[in-house]
Amino acid sequence: MDLSFTPEEQAFREEVRTFFAENLPKEMSDAVRAGGELTKDIMDRYHALLNAKGWLASTWPEEFGGPGWSPVQRHIFEEEACRAYAPRIVPFGLAMLGPVLQKFGTKAQQDHYLPRILSGEDWWCQGYSEPGAGSDLASLKTRAVRDGDHYVINGQKTWTTLGQHANWIFCLVRTDPDVKQQEGISFLLVDLATPGIEMRPIKLIEGGHEVNEVFFTDVRVPAENLVGKENQGWTIAKFLLTHERTNIAGVGFSMQSLEEVKALARKVMRNGRPLIEDPLFAARVAQVEIDLEAMKLTNLRMLYKAQKQGAPGPETSILKIKGTVIGQELKDLARRALGPSAAPFPGMLSANLDPAPEDAAHNAARYFNNRKTSIFGGSNEIQRNILTKTMLEL
Amino acid sequence: MDFDLTEDRQMLSDSLTRYLREKYPFEARNKAAYEAPYHSQAHWEALSELGTLYALAPEEAGGFGGSGFDISVVFEAMGGALCPEPVLGALMASRLLSAAGVDQDALLSGAEKYAVATGEIDAWYGLDAIGTQAKPAGDGYTLSGRKSVVYGGQAADQLLVAAELDGKVALFQVAADAASVNGYGMIDGGGAAEVILEDTPATLLLADAAEALADAANAGIVALCAEAVGAMDVLQQMTVEYLRTRKQFGVAIGKFQALQHRAVDMLTEIEQARSITIKAAAELGGPEAARYASMAKNLIGRAGRLVAEEAIQMHGGIAMTWEYPGSHYAKRLVMIDAQLGDTDYHLSRVMAA
Repeated sequence: MDLSFTPEEQAFREEVRTFFAENLPKEMSDAVRAGGELTKDIMDRYHALLNAKGWLASTWPEEFGGPGWSPVQRHIFEEEACRAYAPRIVPFGLAMLGPVLQKFGTKAQQDHYLPRILSGEDWWCQGYSEPGAGSDLASLKTRAVRDGDHYVINGQKTWTTLGQHANWIFCLVRTDPDVKQQEGISFLLVDLATPGIEMRPIKLIEGGHEVNEVFFTDVRVPAENLVGKENQGWTIAKFLLTHERTNIAGVGFSMQSLEEVKALARKVMRNGRPLIEDPLFAARVAQVEIDLEAMKLTNLRMLYKAQKQGAPGPETSILKIKGTVIGQELKDLARRALGPSAAPFPGMLSANLDPAPEDAAHNAARYFNNRKTSIFGGSNEIQRNILTKTMLEL
Repeated sequence: MDFDLTEDRQMLSDSLTRYLREKYPFEARNKAAYEAPYHSQAHWEALSELGTLYALAPEEAGGFGGSGFDISVVFEAMGGALCPEPVLGALMASRLLSAAGVDQDALLSGAEKYAVATGEIDAWYGLDAIGTQAKPAGDGYTLSGRKSVVYGGQAADQLLVAAELDGKVALFQVAADAASVNGYGMIDGGGAAEVILEDTPATLLLADAAEALADAANAGIVALCAEAVGAMDVLQQMTVEYLRTRKQFGVAIGKFQALQHRAVDMLTEIEQARSITIKAAAELGGPEAARYASMAKNLIGRAGRLVAEEAIQMHGGIAMTWEYPGSHYAKRLVMIDAQLGDTDYHLSRVMAA
């Protein structure tokens, strides 16, 4: 038993911390602190900043242009990125499609798409969920029919995050309707400029535009855009899911949120005293802090296991469940700390009139938006189903 | 970073677990735990011979362990078997004797059993309101006051007593047969005593014992947390096994999602409990020991109660019976919260920090 990081890992942490201190533009960290939606420009420039350093594709091996980091190094990078209030890396091309192409793609696909992901030339989005296929993803209906050298797609995808910025989408489509659901699905790459595609925004609970629905009408996609074999899509989808689960505990983000809650509770007043001195509020903060402290160790223990075994195990579902709930509780405290000053719609008041302290105007919006975390990426109930099968063997 | 046990600790864990499973099975445990003197002298001696007590003390005190992880290995094994032997008193006394620079061969060999008497009816957890008074008498001191629910006190040869002396909390050693020690059994097994001191002769060990008592409490908390983790693991396995085998409506009840998800939530909280216990063990003896001990005890209190109550509920009536071993695990997990500071006490300590 030894909870300390190796000297090499500590040196790596210093290197990452220094990099952010010296290179992350203040306007980027300010935008993250303020808590509103980030512009495409900021996300693009942040990606470019990391790419120039060779740190953009944190999960990729060196042969494909990644840094070849260990799980522990990735964890350290994520912690330091949160500590510096860096934007989040948009995961769809980098964390999801990249590893899929590296594992299942042809040499031609790898050579073509991977460099364009790194350079930012392509912005990918995800075509998985459908109106009738959420948790039961394998029941998806979007149809792709082979027609000569093309597939012809008809159907609808939804919850397509940041699709408004994307020029490509990777899709799960049904290529064989006559076999067991999981055996008739394929993984296709689709240029969003192809005729017959329409993307419409979905306005979210807090008023933001983060997700979209995508309609496909007789969309012709070259057959060479198939990844893996026809009807192998479900295998690829499951592989992708394990990559989606890295950093699923969101420990770095929760540590950031905890610091924000504490800072806020020192700043805002209740009955003439700082809120942090209200024992009821302080107890709520302390309890989440304890859960987060345990979560840090749970996360490290599972990282350690993943590093030893070469892949994360099913118990990462524990990280998803507990990690998202802790994050949501912190967002709830940040909202409640403001009292009624959480309520003004963000952006309606000039800074000098806003009753909320600086950087806190979005706290209610963030609370509402954050409810998504226990729903997406396999809802927490789906994670419990996974653990029931794998860990409890019931 | 390394989350594996060292070879030595793994061996200690294995030998303790094997001994408790093979030689101290549940019927024997219940007999010892619920019948006076609420432990078994024979098993105490056997556990001592296995090196259990030496593992709790560092080399300079005559032991071969004494770190947080040595402590957690011993108590996790004991928790898995609900071992009622008064090892916690030995651990805390060993820390106190080390702080006082007093020889502890008799403690580590198991020849003498120690209990630590700090709590009082109006001062369960903290040291601020201790009412027991010390006064000089001849070459030594006498103590007057009442120490309440002294865990292991019913079997102790020696008592280490916290008492006020010159406005400070001091630590004294009292021979058990010099005091009025009124032993009794506990609802979750094992024993304790009400210790009445009336001008009872005592030897001063530490004139200002606050720091040493805090360290002993931190070590005791790591031990209790590890004990709880061991007990939670077993109760969780029992519950899952029951879900697999118990049939209602023609199917194993483990096929019902309402129960599956609750069983998963037990698992999740146990992993969190294991994590925070590892953290508290790692920090023991360091500058942040008290903070992490409090975090651990708070989380263990919550997780232990959840696991106990959910295990009973998912088992149904059978877990309400004395005969079913699970009910005794549930009792221990609930009552462990009241030992060395409960969830609220430790939450307030984390808040204050």
